[in-house]
Amino acid sequence: MKDIAEIRADFPILRRQVYNRPLIYFDNGATTQKPQSVLDAVDEVYESYNGNIHRGVHFLSDMSSEAYEKAREKVKSFINADKREEIVFTSGTTCSINGIAFSFGERYIKPGDEIILSRLEHHANIVPWQMMCERKGAVLRVIPINDNGEIILEEYYKLLSSKTRLVSVTQASNALGTVLPIEKIINAAHSVNVPVLIDGAQGIQHGIVDVKAMDSDFYVFSGHKIYGPAGIGILYGKEKWLSDLPPFQGGGDMVDKVTFEKTTYNELPFKFEAGTMNYPAAIGLASALDYVLSIGRENIAVREKDLLSYATERLSGIKGLKILGDSKDKISTISFLLKDIHQYDTGMILDKMGIAVRTGTHCAQPVMDRYGIDGTVRASFCFYNTKEEIDVLADGIEKVKSMFA
Amino acid sequence: MFEDWMDKYNLLIDLGKELPVIDPKYKVKDFLIEGCQSKVWLHPDFDGKLITFTADSDAIITRGIVALLIKVLSNRTPEEILNSDLYFIDKIGLRQNLSPTRSNGLLSMVRQMKLYAMALDAIKK
Repeated sequence: MKDIAEIRADFPILRRQVYNRPLIYFDNGATTQKPQSVLDAVDEVYESYNGNIHRGVHFLSDMSSEAYEKAREKVKSFINADKREEIVFTSGTTCSINGIAFSFGERYIKPGDEIILSRLEHHANIVPWQMMCERKGAVLRVIPINDNGEIILEEYYKLLSSKTRLVSVTQASNALGTVLPIEKIINAAHSVNVPVLIDGAQGIQHGIVDVKAMDSDFYVFSGHKIYGPAGIGILYGKEKWLSDLPPFQGGGDMVDKVTFEKTTYNELPFKFEAGTMNYPAAIGLASALDYVLSIGRENIAVREKDLLSYATERLSGIKGLKILGDSKDKISTISFLLKDIHQYDTGMILDKMGIAVRTGTHCAQPVMDRYGIDGTVRASFCFYNTKEEIDVLADGIEKVKSMFA
Repeated sequence: MFEDWMDKYNLLIDLGKELPVIDPKYKVKDFLIEGCQSKVWLHPDFDGKLITFTADSDAIITRGIVALLIKVLSNRTPEEILNSDLYFIDKIGLRQNLSPTRSNGLLSMVRQMKLYAMALDAIKK
């Protein structure tokens, strides 16, 4: 495995300074930085073979289409899907969930049906379902969490009923870092023939994801959170679902035959890819996945666990600092609050020290409500971060405390 | 550089302490300024000639920013508030806080003060 200096050298942005101090980037939960190889891959599309995919008879269009389809193959093998037909490109996790919520609602949902979510969901895995429920007269049921920020499985089992049509839960909480017991969630749902969507936006980048072993019916994630470009995301769905679901957008490329009387749709996965997709970003995503594989997903997981335990220990040692979310299994994300100091004040001062953290509700207001707070400071680490950076964060927090004392 | 910004934020923190604090009865939704990551309440008093603002925030830096605005814009006529040019924000290096996407709400605060001035001016006329 590359050493940390070599890894950091792969990410040009990590060399920059902010406010004359070295950048310490701890907002990886929001988006990750890109290695040079990803930047090069996207540049290369525009510099040497840009042409609209699946359209032209010409050389460039062929070359673009081929690279785009190779990117699909790459995603397929990365998550160990069965078939390329099961990999749909979207603009991101939000688009993937909105799409499934719409199509699933149109196809299967009747008044009184129920969709189960957890209290830990990002707004992107709440609002699309709410919109669908409103349209179809269906009802959302929510798995509660305990004080540690873990979902209460017994309550989930009680929520599963003959009215349940789908379970949609996150693989890991973006606000607290909690990793959810998705195997148990999926098994229980499947035992009553209910399909499950896993929101992998905070899961895919932290370890090995095998959709076949996991047996999820849908798995969605964003490219920009796994070192790829923004504007590209994945919707994986088992073929039996995707072939049965209607498209969620209409337009070019997703059709077979169009007349003003009737349109028939293209085969999978193109049925779900209306209009010109963000093919340069898809090609960039494939390069990002190659990069992740070159570092090694086990290596990434080990490094991030190590950073998490070091940071947890360092931050827990700070008087007046409270970590929210104390699950046994966490991604490398720490949400915290300082006694009597607003998260916004903490974030502003850390920013001036070159430390990028996120403050606020993290698009997960129900989680904040559960704790009776209106936000936290969130430091989210990844494999290119170092313990030295965590030391700087800890010193920075002490500085914040002294300023607002 | 480090000390430079430290001084600025320390000044904001100190300014926040001098803020004419809003009467608790006005710390309600009606006087809450939307669009800030922290809560900001702002209340105008108008004696027929001058507008006086009181405010509060749950974040200290934000309290400093609103205190600074009050220093400049309180005890002014509605016309003065409406015609004010807030070049000083630029000059003292709070520029980054001005961009409309910043969540601290400096722009929202200024807009709210001008809206109050406009409304109170209309009532006067």
